[in-house]
Amino acid sequence: MIRWLIKYVVIFVVLVLIQVLFLNQMQISGYLNPYIYILFVMLLPLSAPRYIVLLSGFLIGLTVDIFSNSLGLHAAATVFIAYIRPFVIRSISDREEEINDYPGLKQNKFSWFLYYSAVMVFFHHFILFYLEIFSFTQFFSTLLRVVLSSLLSVFVIVLSQFLIFRE
Amino acid sequence: MKNYAFVLFLLLEGAALALVFNHNSYQKSKYLNSSNRITGNIYQTYNSVVDYFHLNRINKELSEENAWLRSRVENITGIPVVNDSLVVTLESADSTYSFISAKIINNSVNKPFNYFTLNKGRNNGIKPDQGVVTGKGIVGVVTHVSDSYAVGLSVLNSRWSISAMHKKSGNYGSLIWRGNDYRTADLTEIPLHVDISPGDSIITSGYSSVFPEGVMIGTIQDFSRPDGENYFNISVQLSTDFKALSYVEVIENQDKPEIKELENIIRDDPMAN
Repeated sequence: MIRWLIKYVVIFVVLVLIQVLFLNQMQISGYLNPYIYILFVMLLPLSAPRYIVLLSGFLIGLTVDIFSNSLGLHAAATVFIAYIRPFVIRSISDREEEINDYPGLKQNKFSWFLYYSAVMVFFHHFILFYLEIFSFTQFFSTLLRVVLSSLLSVFVIVLSQFLIFRE
Repeated sequence: MKNYAFVLFLLLEGAALALVFNHNSYQKSKYLNSSNRITGNIYQTYNSVVDYFHLNRINKELSEENAWLRSRVENITGIPVVNDSLVVTLESADSTYSFISAKIINNSVNKPFNYFTLNKGRNNGIKPDQGVVTGKGIVGVVTHVSDSYAVGLSVLNSRWSISAMHKKSGNYGSLIWRGNDYRTADLTEIPLHVDISPGDSIITSGYSSVFPEGVMIGTIQDFSRPDGENYFNISVQLSTDFKALSYVEVIENQDKPEIKELENIIRDDPMAN
C-alpha cells in the first residue's frame, strides 16, 4: 500500500514538472499545446475506487491550473475524463479480452492503449480548449487546436510509455 | 450508494467550473496562482538553469538598452537621475515614476490568456496594478503579489486593453490582443480622419496611471477602413518580443495613491453620476 502510494506520488510530481517546466514552455504555436499530465488519471489501477480517481483528477488539474494561472480550467477537464474513464475502458475493450489492472502500454496491446489515450486526450482537450475560449465564434479554429494538440499529446504519451513509465 | 461517484463528480466539476466562471475568485485568490511560494520557487530554480543558454542574447539586449539610456541621459539636462543600483527615479513634469528591475521566470505566448511570473514581490516593493516594461516596449501589468513573487497579465491577454496613442497625430485608441499571433495586436478607435501610414509608432497614452506616457507599444503594420464605420482597423506589430522576455522593469507611479483618491471622490459623488 505504502509502496503503491509513493509510486503514484512520484508519478504525480514528475508529470506536473514535465508539464509546466517543459511542455508549457515549448510555445511552438497556439495550435500545438500538448497536455500529458492526464496520464496520471489514465494510469491509476482499474481496481482503484472511483472516488480516488475523481479526487486525483481534480488535484492534478488544480495543480497545473495554479502553475499556469488558469484557475479551474484544467481541474474541470480532468475531473470529466476521470469520471468517464470506466465507460471509455469498457467501450474500447473486447468482452473476452483480459485487461490488465494497470492500464499501461506494456501490460496491454499497443492498439488498445492507443485508443485509450486518444479518447481520453480528445475529451480532455475538447473541454479544456472550449472552456478556455468560452465561445463558439471561433468554433473551427478551436476545433483545429483540439485536434492538433490531441495528436501531439497522444504521441508524447505513447512515447513516454517507452521511455519512463515502463513498469 | 451506487451513485456516489456521480454525485462526487458533480461536486468536483461544479467546484472547478465555479472557479472558472467566477472571475472574482481568480482576482481574489491569494495562493491559487503562480506567485505562491512553491510554484515561484520551482519556476525560479528552473529559470536559473535554462537562463545560461540565453545569456548571450540577454547581455546583448541589456548593453543595447544601456547605450540607448546613456544617449538619452546625455541629451536631457536638468533632470536628476538617482541610481542606487536598484531603483531609478525619473521625475517628469507630471508624475513621478520609479522603476524596479525584475526578471520574468515564467511566461507564455500561445494561449488565449497569457500570464507571466516575476521573481520579485511585495518585499521588493511590487504591488498590483503596476506596469511592466522592457527597453523595447510594454509587457503587461501586475495582478497578484506574494512576498517574493508576482504574477501579471501580459499584453497578450484579451481580458484587458491598453490606452494607446498614435504618436504622430496624438490621437488615442485602445489596443487589444485578439489571441492569434504573439507579434501583433489590434488598435481600435482611431477615427478615419487621422492621417496614418504603415510604420507609424504607437505609444502608451498616459491616460491610465499604470504606464507613463510615451512607452513604446509597436508600429503600424497594416490598416483598413471598414465600410460603414468611423474608425480604422489597425494591426500593430508589437515592439516587445514576448517569446524572449527576461529582464523587465516594474513601474511604480508614486502619485498613484493621490490619483486613486481623487478618482474615488468623483466615483462616490452622487452629483457626478
